[in-house]
Amino acid sequence: MHRCTRRSFVKGGALALVALGAAPRFIVRTALAQSRAARSKVLVVIFQRGAVDGLSMLVPHGDPDYYGARGSIAIGRPGAGGDGALDLDGFFGLHPSLSGLKPLWDERRLAAVHAVGSPDLTRSHFDAQDYMESGTPGVKSTEDGWLARGLAAQRDPQASPFRAVALGPALPRVLRGDVGAVAMTSLAEFDVRDAAAALGDGGGGLTASKGFESLYEQGVRDLLYGTGRETFDAVKMLKAADPQRIQPANGAVYPRGRFGENLRQIAQLIRADVGLEVAFADASGWDTHAAQGNERGQLATRLKEFGDGLAALDRDLGDRMRDVMVLTMSEFGRTVRENGNRGTDHGHGTAMFVIGGGAKGGKVYGKWPGLAREQLHDGRDLAVTTDFRSLFAEVAVRHLGTPADPLFPGFKNSAYPGVVGQV
Amino acid sequence: MRRRAFLVTAVLVAAGLTGAAAPSASLKLPASPLSEDERVLHVLNRLGYGPRPDDVMRVRQMGVAAYLDQQLHPERLPADAVRAALAGYTVLEASTSQLVRDYPQPTQEMRRQIASGDMTRRELRELMPMGRRPPAITAQLQAATVTRAVVSEAQLEEVLAAFWFNHFNVFSQKGAVRWMVPAYEREAIRPHVLGKFRDLVLATARQPAMLFYLDNWMSTRADLVMPRGQNAGRASGLNENYARELMELHTLGVDGGYTQQDVTEVARCFTGWTIDRPREGGSYLFRPRAHDPGSKRVLGQTIAAGGGERDGERVIDILVRHPSTARFISTKLARHFVSDEPPAALVERMAATFRSTDGDIRAVMTTLVTSPEFWTREAYRAKVKTPFEVVVSAVRALDGHLEIAPPGRAGGGFPAGGGLELAREIGKLGQPLYEAQPPTGYPDRAESWVNTGALLGRMNFALSLAHNRFRGAPVDLGSVIGPVDRAQPAQVLDTLLAAVLHGAATPQTRTVLTAQLQSPEITRTTGDDRVASDTDVEKLAALVLGSPEFQRR
Repeated sequence: MHRCTRRSFVKGGALALVALGAAPRFIVRTALAQSRAARSKVLVVIFQRGAVDGLSMLVPHGDPDYYGARGSIAIGRPGAGGDGALDLDGFFGLHPSLSGLKPLWDERRLAAVHAVGSPDLTRSHFDAQDYMESGTPGVKSTEDGWLARGLAAQRDPQASPFRAVALGPALPRVLRGDVGAVAMTSLAEFDVRDAAAALGDGGGGLTASKGFESLYEQGVRDLLYGTGRETFDAVKMLKAADPQRIQPANGAVYPRGRFGENLRQIAQLIRADVGLEVAFADASGWDTHAAQGNERGQLATRLKEFGDGLAALDRDLGDRMRDVMVLTMSEFGRTVRENGNRGTDHGHGTAMFVIGGGAKGGKVYGKWPGLAREQLHDGRDLAVTTDFRSLFAEVAVRHLGTPADPLFPGFKNSAYPGVVGQV
Repeated sequence: MRRRAFLVTAVLVAAGLTGAAAPSASLKLPASPLSEDERVLHVLNRLGYGPRPDDVMRVRQMGVAAYLDQQLHPERLPADAVRAALAGYTVLEASTSQLVRDYPQPTQEMRRQIASGDMTRRELRELMPMGRRPPAITAQLQAATVTRAVVSEAQLEEVLAAFWFNHFNVFSQKGAVRWMVPAYEREAIRPHVLGKFRDLVLATARQPAMLFYLDNWMSTRADLVMPRGQNAGRASGLNENYARELMELHTLGVDGGYTQQDVTEVARCFTGWTIDRPREGGSYLFRPRAHDPGSKRVLGQTIAAGGGERDGERVIDILVRHPSTARFISTKLARHFVSDEPPAALVERMAATFRSTDGDIRAVMTTLVTSPEFWTREAYRAKVKTPFEVVVSAVRALDGHLEIAPPGRAGGGFPAGGGLELAREIGKLGQPLYEAQPPTGYPDRAESWVNTGALLGRMNFALSLAHNRFRGAPVDLGSVIGPVDRAQPAQVLDTLLAAVLHGAATPQTRTVLTAQLQSPEITRTTGDDRVASDTDVEKLAALVLGSPEFQRR
């Protein structure tokens, strides 16, 4: 049985349940999670796997060399008729497919960082993703991820089993480590699926679940038994909180598809107060080597889903966005010059977004290195002027409140970009 | 039961498998606190993927030492069954160039048409069925690996093939690697699993899969300007990726005593080790023009100028003879076969064998299995199974069989069947085979595999398997419980526990499962007389397979 601190005891009506005495462990933990949810911060991390073209997502339409380098795939100037870039500050503009995010910019809840990336020069998706998740560019022997290290440093014996959740079949590298992060393909599948019951054979679906629970309840406290108990607490907490009943609020409409579905479930977990601190989801399809498109086409379609999804999450969460921050990332950017297949190849610097009530929005952060040939990295790529670790550290430390030290070993951070406001 | 046992024995005798027909055991095993049956289970769980129904009896009869000796000499074991089971997996024997021809990527023009909407995905599938595209290669490999682990008599050979592939990991989704993996495993890994460590390192170093995965194929001397091709006129240069991993992950280990300067020097030595036409299935090639001809200094030893291709071989000789390598490789083997934190004294003795035999893996393994540390109570069932091990051992325990459906029928044109179904399940449980992205491969410690989502996945897998939900991978609960009367739930339970957990069930587990027998859903009663008429063997088997005990080996 978990210890109840006096502080948590006086908080929140849900805890009245605990006062009844020998309440089941999961009820105590649900109550604790709910009492803490009111004040706890949530970080939603979106990984744009495949290297998004930052120059089309956050268009430097004011750069004198942009239109020269980009030929058929350039995003038109704002206001030049048709649907060009959505101007932000006279120099940068959003891709028109990201129109869903424009109101967030206007309300100063969307910040962007451009020319951000890794100090490591690899152009391999896999190596670069690995480094962005391990948080140790150039070092492959790191076993855990930077988010896991940050969370593990704030060890809390009463932490919710849903402290860190990744939507997807496998736990991403960034959450691997000593935090007991959960990977799930969907909330509905986070349960013991009784095969016989599914067949209509035998009727009751609970036997197998109860059986497994008893098996793991009995043993000594080791890794397997401990996790087993944790598992059934989590299953029951989820059933009690029943996030799946929660419908999108404020008229939010998520785009169809995996990405929108994942965001919708993240919102359900947040709104159900299960003690979520970090949520993770992938957005894929950015490796646009051929037929990238401009205001329309392949990339535009992906960006529409991306922007509409994030806008729906923001709308759905409403006031809760005060405590929620969304951070988007991608392993590197793409070549400045359009290639022979109307696409772009693997590059270096790219753009990332920070969204939420805590963001100092309405500004594009980072030093702009320019697109003239002599300003490019290797004569071909957007140079990196902001180390991704400096942005991620700011978000983890100033939004989530993790200590800075364990996040990025060996990294000497000079200054944060400044995207997170005073909390 | 008796007839079955007799048949099995007859087959085993015919195949030269019984103790009498086996070569005389020369292995001297140390005294052990484990009982005879525990020792039998220990070798079946550690040197293999767990017992099939008749294995315990078989090993008991032939003796543990003789079994170990046999496993250490897989070439003496019959391979007919595994050969027959693999017959449908054509990529296993195909050359890389053949695979590039037979499993092409959609052309850039097709991809452009898809992107622009001029072609639908369905039209593309008709033009190029999924079974003739690169993902089918990986699918066949995954299915074949599961099949081998389930079927092969040479269990240690399979365990070591997986171990060494993981040690020298390549990621099948990186660029052209997808076509190169079958040759990589066939030519570089499998021939050397119990051979000389140097041969493994050299073979992997020269394989296109490794050269491509760790970028060495494009590493050249610093001042080279590409003479021709699409990058003609562009400056090329050194790529340190392979050099670093060769030392950090393949030989010395991260604290093995090398510096960044060593990484650069080793990278210089391997310049010119490249691939002849990597996108067309070409093989290893040394390009003198790309090689840095100067002298190098690696770990304090000078490699004289002008060595050419031999520079890389010299590096490998230096690395495999370095004491850090003996210790690093011994530690990894001991972690896999003994416990997550293996005893230092054992590692030291294995490392001594490694050094005195010039990296003879069979000798190192012999030191391991004849050491007292291997046979301690602490080591017994100390390892938590990986998803691959859970799935394979469960199928073996329930006497499962893997069938291959005719290609093209189901599974989107993949060679459907039990192997692939189970491989996909292993992927869902977090360990997609041949798809470990980082060069570290998959971790070999319990913490990495035990979390709430993963445990639920394992319980659901147990339910699906026991209820025969994997098409092409039927399990035979009837054969597992034998002639036991299903109307006698206690007897059914005893038989299941004996057959699947072999005495490893804790008293608590037995109590819980016995209590489960009272559940009307486990024991289906007839309406009238309240007499048990049938036991839900499937559900009971699922509970046993999903139990904490079965997660260990």
